[in-house]
Formats: sequence, structure tokens, C-alpha cells
Amino acid sequence: MLTIEEVLETIKMVQEENLDIRTITMGISLRDCSDSDHRSACRKIYDKVTRLAGSLVETGDGIAREYGLPIVNKRISVTPIALVAEASAVDNYIEYAKALDKAAAEVGVNFIGGFSALVHKGFTGGDSRLIESIPHALSSTERVCASVNVATSRAGINMDAINLISRVIKETAALTAGQDSVGCAKLVVFANVPEDNPFMAGAFHGIGEPDCVINTGVSGPGVVKSAIKRAGSADLGALSETIKKTAFKITRMGELVGRTAAERLGVPFGIVDVSLAPTPAVGDSVAEILEEMGLERCGAPGSTAALALLNDAVKKGGAMASSYVGGLSGAFIPVSEDAGMITAVNDGALTFEKLEAMTAVCSVGLDMIAIPGDTPVETIAAIIADEMAIGVFNHKTTAVRIIPATGKKVGDQVEFGGLLGRAPIMAVNKFSAEKFVRRGGRIPAPIHSLRN
Amino acid sequence: MNKLKDSSGSNLVVITVIGPDRVGIIAGVTSVLADKGVNILDINQTVMQGYFVMVLMADMNKSAVDLVALKDLLVKKGEDLQVRIDVQHEDVFKYMHRI
Repeated sequence: MLTIEEVLETIKMVQEENLDIRTITMGISLRDCSDSDHRSACRKIYDKVTRLAGSLVETGDGIAREYGLPIVNKRISVTPIALVAEASAVDNYIEYAKALDKAAAEVGVNFIGGFSALVHKGFTGGDSRLIESIPHALSSTERVCASVNVATSRAGINMDAINLISRVIKETAALTAGQDSVGCAKLVVFANVPEDNPFMAGAFHGIGEPDCVINTGVSGPGVVKSAIKRAGSADLGALSETIKKTAFKITRMGELVGRTAAERLGVPFGIVDVSLAPTPAVGDSVAEILEEMGLERCGAPGSTAALALLNDAVKKGGAMASSYVGGLSGAFIPVSEDAGMITAVNDGALTFEKLEAMTAVCSVGLDMIAIPGDTPVETIAAIIADEMAIGVFNHKTTAVRIIPATGKKVGDQVEFGGLLGRAPIMAVNKFSAEKFVRRGGRIPAPIHSLRN
Repeated sequence: MNKLKDSSGSNLVVITVIGPDRVGIIAGVTSVLADKGVNILDINQTVMQGYFVMVLMADMNKSAVDLVALKDLLVKKGEDLQVRIDVQHEDVFKYMHRI
């Protein structure tokens, strides 16, 4: 029988510490929707997405009520559109983005991910057309998210792709300048991208996945922060143990909700993404966890070590709680989506370079960082190349979601609203890497990629 | 939408009541359960820092309503009694605290 303490602990996690299921994401394969006529392909895409995901939102809301656990987002990821659209003879893929947007609106999800291409070794015609379509696709749709994988530990870093996507980021910023360049908040550049990530904006449905699958992403920075607070002056080993136990409990909720949703929707259950995903709400912040661990402000010396401990303990606890842990799994450190990060930037505690160092030990990378609109394309390319190098040479996923906010400079702020939050414009190193990035080509894979 | 009640698995729910202590809380909550045919298996009640805290485990096998409808009824009852009432399927707690 359950004890009263156990019941109250769970209730407290939800009511006071913002424990929630961040997302139930339905992955849908669109490989059977290819067609030489793009109108027909778009029709097939719309039909398939609305057929399979028709009751996703209703099912998610039902589970949330029965379990008394908030499920914040219901979302969809699809096969990278570059693969699906390539068979059609059109110059750009904007119609595909519009079909996805329409389907997402019809079923009531707030984001649909998969306007994507995998170009870590090179481009096909479809890949190039997709990437060139991104600025208009993101500025003419509301719910579509795009991502591009430009590097892997096996293939190296495709500098030509980085140069192209950097120009695309600038164009996307300019086309959505009226809304603080929000288009860039829906565009992620990856190294070692996971194929089952349920979190936006980088979600897509990988080519090794089944026809349809349910993946869940948990959250709960507030729960971890409270647990650390209760641990008092425990040493770092004991702190790690506390975080592990908390992550276990959080992940169990993700597993329960994911399995229930999959069963009710009649599709296989994929993975739980064990992540600490902050929101702009106070108390739902990864930065505040680091501060609870003993840093005066996030970004202070010690931040990388504290984040490494946190990230590792979350994974260990999560791995015990679910047989299928996947996606990004770790602590996210987005700036705009985390109230503590924003404060740390505004106080001058957290700089761009410190964030980059922290990404070497967190689950993703330079995420939701706003930089001055006049940052040169080559500097953006160099920032991406640095981040990709951290991922490729450490065999981990890294990503860049950067917003060169058109017309804004250091001291200004961008406001996206909702889960995307707001961000102060961060200063970027003024020295140029133009000659380096313009060399183009591909940085070879590291020696430890030769594992066979 | 009556999935938990219809499923072959367990139909146990955990009802938690938290709020300032006053006369009639237990009577108010249990009368709703009796009225809808929900069988109480266990009641655990305590007062913590001046707050009335009660956890009820109940079986919905012969319930006249489903979990969501029961939840709505109890939430409304909680507003009358000025306490917070939650109803959650037992699995939430079992999954979190039992391996």
C-alpha cells in the first residue's frame, strides 16, 4: 500500500514544483507520401498526418486529467521533408511546409517538426532545395520547425553546409524581423542529431523509425531544485545521488504517460527523453538548479562542473526508470526559455563563451541565444562550426539555435512570447573568422570515429 | 472517454484532500463516493502544520461514473468545503514510488 508521504510527495511535485510532461510527440513516417507531382504529395502528407494524429490532442488531454499530470504540449515530428519532397519536380518546398502547417493546425498541435535535411557529408538536389526554402517556409507558416544536420562523429563537419545554413539563418531573421526574428527560433543546426527526439524545434522522424510512434519528453527542473534544497549542505556525491533519485521519479511519469498514450492511440511506444527542459516560468529553471547547488549566479566559475554533475545524474536516474531512453536526454540550457539564464545574462554573469563551454557537458548546445542583427554571416558560421566541433569530437549531440535579431544590438531584448520566452541580445566576439570558414570543404571525422 | 473504468487493469484511484480543518470534510467527500458507488478501501488522515490532509484509496469497479466525471464532482465538492481535492489513477503513484 502507498504511504501518505509518497502520495503527498507526488502531489507536491505537480502542484508546487512544476512537474509536467513537457511533450507527447507523435512521429509519423512520410516516406510513402513521395510523388512526382508536389500537389499530390502535399495532399498525401496532409491526409496521413491528420489521419494518424487526429485524436492525439484529445488523448493527451484525457490522460492528463486522469493522471492529474499536466501534459504541456502535443506535437508531431515527420520524416525529413528533403527525403519526401525530392521526387517532385519543383524549385522550392514551401508548399510542403504549408501542407504541414495546415495539418498541424487541423489536429491542434502547436508545432510540427521535420522540415529537415541531413547533409553532414554532402547535399542531394532535394537537400539544397529544402535548405534554400527554409526562410520563406518559416516566415510563411506558424507551426513548422526546421532542422539541418551538418556534422556527425562518423562523417566530420560539412563546412559548406554550415556556410549555407548561416546565410539561411540571416535571411530567416530578416524575413521575420517584424516579430523579433522569431523564424530563427524554429530552426536548429545539429551535429549527431538523434532520430527520435520529441523536443522542438529539432524533432524529426528518423529513417530507422517505424511508420508511427509515440515519444515523450519529461521535464521538471523545479522538482530537482527543491530536492537539492532539501539536501542542504550534502557533499557533491550525495547531491548526485539526490538528483538521480529525483530524475528516476520524473522519468517514470514520462514512461507511464508515453505507454498509456501509445496504447490508446494504437501505435508503438518509442522512447522517453529524460531532459530537464526549463520554461520562462520562475522556479522552472536549470540556471536556478545550478545556483541552488552553490553558484552565486549561473555562468560563474564552477558552472561547467555543476552542469556536468547535473547532466550525468539526470541520465543515470533516467536510465534506471525506463528501458527506452532516447532523444536528447540531459539538461537543456536555452537562454530565452529559462528565467534564471536571462537574469544571469543581464547581470553579466553568463557570457557567450561560458555558455559554449557549458554546452560541452549539457545535452544540446547554444540554444535560443539572441545576438546582434549585424553579426556577419561568417561569424555565425564560425560559431556553428565551434559548436559542431564540440559535438563531433566528443561523440555527443550538439546544436545551435541562434537568433541574429534584425535591427537589434547589445542591450536590446527580443520577445517571442509563450514557451519561447524572451532574450537579451548577447555580445559576440568582434574578431573575424571569415578566411577560415570561407575555405569550405569538410573537416574530417576524428580518429576515434574509426571504431570497427 | 471512459477508458480507465473500462480497462481490464486496476480501477483504483487515489483521492487527496488538503485544506484548513473544519467540520464535515470527511462526510462531504465520502457522501459523493457512496452516492456514485465508489468503494473506499483505505483512508489515511492527518493534520500537518494546521492543514487537514486526507488520502483515500478507492475502487471504481462498480462506479456509476468515470474518473474524469468523479473528479469534476469532487473538485466542486472541494470548492464548497474550501479544500483542494485531487483524484488521480493509482498508477501515477505506483509508477513513481514502486519498482
